[in-house]
Amino acid sequence: MRYAETGFNLEIDLSRGNIEKVATDPRDTELYLGGLGTNTKILWDRVPPETKPFSPDNLLIFGTGLLCGTPATGCNRTIVSTISPQSELMAFSMMGGFWAPELKYAGYDKVVLRGKSPDLVYLWINNDKVEIRDASHLRGKGAIETAELIKQELNEPKAQVAAIGMAGENRVYYASIEQGRSSASRGGIGAVMGDKGVKAIVVRGTNDINVAQPAEYMELCSEVLDYIKKRESNPIPGVMPILAGLGSPQEMKVHDEKWHTENFMWGNSRVRKRDYWNEEIEKDWTETMEKARTRLVSCFNCPMECGATISMPGLPTYMMKCFTKLTYTMGAFSDLDFGLRIAQKATEYGVDGFSAPQVMAFALELLENGILTDKDFPDMPEDSEGRFFYLLDKIVRREGIGDVLANGTHWAAKEIGNGAEAYAHNNIKKTEQLPLKLSMLNPVYFLMYSTGEKINITQIEGQFPQAPFATKEEREAFVSDWIQVPDEKFKQILLDWEFRGDNSNPYYPTVEMSCDIVDWQETMHYIDDALGQCAGLSSFPLKPPYHIHNYPKFISAGAGIDMDKDKLTQAAKRYRTLVRAVNISRGMRRKDEKPPENHWKKRFPELEEQLLDGYYKFKGWNKDGIPTEESLHELGLGYVSDAFIERGILTEGEDASV
Amino acid sequence: MKKTKTIKTIKVDISKCNGCRACEVICSSFHATPKYSSNNPERSRIRVTREPLRDVYVPVYAGEYTVAECAGRDKYIIDGKEYDECAFCRASCPSRDLFKEPDSGLPLKCDMCEGEDEPLCVKWCHADALIYEEREVAVDTAEELEGEVEVGLESLINRHGIEKVADIVAQISKDSKR
Repeated sequence: MRYAETGFNLEIDLSRGNIEKVATDPRDTELYLGGLGTNTKILWDRVPPETKPFSPDNLLIFGTGLLCGTPATGCNRTIVSTISPQSELMAFSMMGGFWAPELKYAGYDKVVLRGKSPDLVYLWINNDKVEIRDASHLRGKGAIETAELIKQELNEPKAQVAAIGMAGENRVYYASIEQGRSSASRGGIGAVMGDKGVKAIVVRGTNDINVAQPAEYMELCSEVLDYIKKRESNPIPGVMPILAGLGSPQEMKVHDEKWHTENFMWGNSRVRKRDYWNEEIEKDWTETMEKARTRLVSCFNCPMECGATISMPGLPTYMMKCFTKLTYTMGAFSDLDFGLRIAQKATEYGVDGFSAPQVMAFALELLENGILTDKDFPDMPEDSEGRFFYLLDKIVRREGIGDVLANGTHWAAKEIGNGAEAYAHNNIKKTEQLPLKLSMLNPVYFLMYSTGEKINITQIEGQFPQAPFATKEEREAFVSDWIQVPDEKFKQILLDWEFRGDNSNPYYPTVEMSCDIVDWQETMHYIDDALGQCAGLSSFPLKPPYHIHNYPKFISAGAGIDMDKDKLTQAAKRYRTLVRAVNISRGMRRKDEKPPENHWKKRFPELEEQLLDGYYKFKGWNKDGIPTEESLHELGLGYVSDAFIERGILTEGEDASV
Repeated sequence: MKKTKTIKTIKVDISKCNGCRACEVICSSFHATPKYSSNNPERSRIRVTREPLRDVYVPVYAGEYTVAECAGRDKYIIDGKEYDECAFCRASCPSRDLFKEPDSGLPLKCDMCEGEDEPLCVKWCHADALIYEEREVAVDTAEELEGEVEVGLESLINRHGIEKVADIVAQISKDSKR
């Protein structure tokens, strides 16, 4: 009997219309856990580096986390993995919501799509009955609209739907997959789904999910719930409001946007408005949000209420969470009313809320600077809001200049030429980043930006405070109940970290300390991504309920796999390295591992080289960021090492220190 | 003779429900055999009707099994919001698939998590959409007993037919005289 997981994947060949239920190997679960871990193993095994994102041979994998569908609070994530059209590397965007547990209850751990359907279809997974159904009547429909229409036509109000909008159908490189209040947005996975001719995957399940040691597992779940209650009533003092509590940044709840609006950049990640926030704006925005927000809503089996139902006058209702609240507003130099209106359209079209506004602001900057001209924007309105709506429509339809912009700022700039590349300035690995420009280099963030392979800072940062505390008393208070640290040394690093003087950025935390901190943060994210746990209750916030000390127990009691801290850390390192192996085999190297040049004003090239050297060595990678033969063998990834040697990426017997 | 009995109430505040369905998870887990060994919302004795786009959130916990559906159905409109047919009804009823074991079709009924301090759906609802209350009321024991026997016999007759029930009553009384 398999515990926590079902032991079956659904393999669907869209070219041939073939559907198979395939038993999985429990040894893979032990080595790669589930979710991201086993997704990556499948990608490594079956998608060779020559395969292009829009090839029928590219896979699109919807993987549930190992513990999804068990009573573990907040464990509801679907990890979607494929080769990204935008970065041409492995994309693994994720979504919360209700889809993953439903798939588990239907009897599957993953849905693996291959090939391409000749016509637009949707998949209907109803326990053991799986159908490929015609979706031609849904072409061009919004993602939310599609979900509602399908539930009606199937007469299945309890079904969960993951769907793409027009952007995915038209292969916009930053198209998302939308699912109720959640979306898997990064890396253009929606475009791959559209390329495969799949409009939606609809799931309904009514089977049991078992756990191995029921009483022990429930005890762990209860402890987590109790801790959440305690932690929520004791917010952390001395940090900004969205970092004080648990959950995703509580953008739907919190009205005070002074920090974001004054510290993040407006437009094409250019303009900082230092004294933007005032009483009048606060009143205006609070009113807008309160009128629009019908209810704060949660994902499956989670009390955090990070999302909200939004109804703007005259527009269909949609759901929102987190920072999309501000990305359009700030990209267009507008206000919250506009932000919430355009986000409605953007959600139905299905685009990434980070990339889309930045691409539009980038286009307008090119126009302003004469690189694009009025001829490129026929009949475009004069006002900024009108222009954003205009551009969004052009992009998702791939009309005119929209066809170029639909590929994101990196590829659009290349195609436009004439100096446009300087305006695609906020990318890492060809992907738009949060609009953040800062002063002093932070060594920990330097490493996270450079080496993160989810290519999104929020999906690698967390656990360790973003800035030092001002006083010794505050630091001592913070570390006094910091049970989450994997090692006591992290407490000392924080105690000694100061705003000024010897123990401040950029030389403190030291290279060695920075490596430790980044590794801890990243490891926790990777564990979450395999278990299906939302980062909002685990790797993202300070002092979360899930951590390296209780996770092994969850896996032992839940999945029946004998686990301890070291074994879990090793497993996370294994599939984290495998993610890197996929990307290395696709050409990623040290040269690609860098933050946007203007991310910090004060840069320290020598220190940055030391940081990267130190971190690569710490991770068992050579100077070019390639995992060494030795470290691969240590992780049981000898097959990767063999492939690297065969492809000339590594040389046999190469000294690890080279 | 007067006696008191405990009335157990779950107060459901639908304005506070966030639709997370933790109540369904813990209910089905608690009632699994062995306890907590599996979970499956379909077996839960509390279900949340959740339609976010219409802002409909109705947690309903399973009540009595009924062999026949009502002569007519009801549909509530509250503050201009129309709820589904029979949305607030707790019965395990032939008119719908709610509150039935998915494999056997046997009816499910909330037992308020007997043996626990409070129903676990309440404990797991951090939104406080579910609040547990107990109160004592005076009951006439003789009347209550008679009423209970009548209701019990009636449901057995409905289910198995009067002849079979009469046969078995006769059989039992014969056995007990021996």
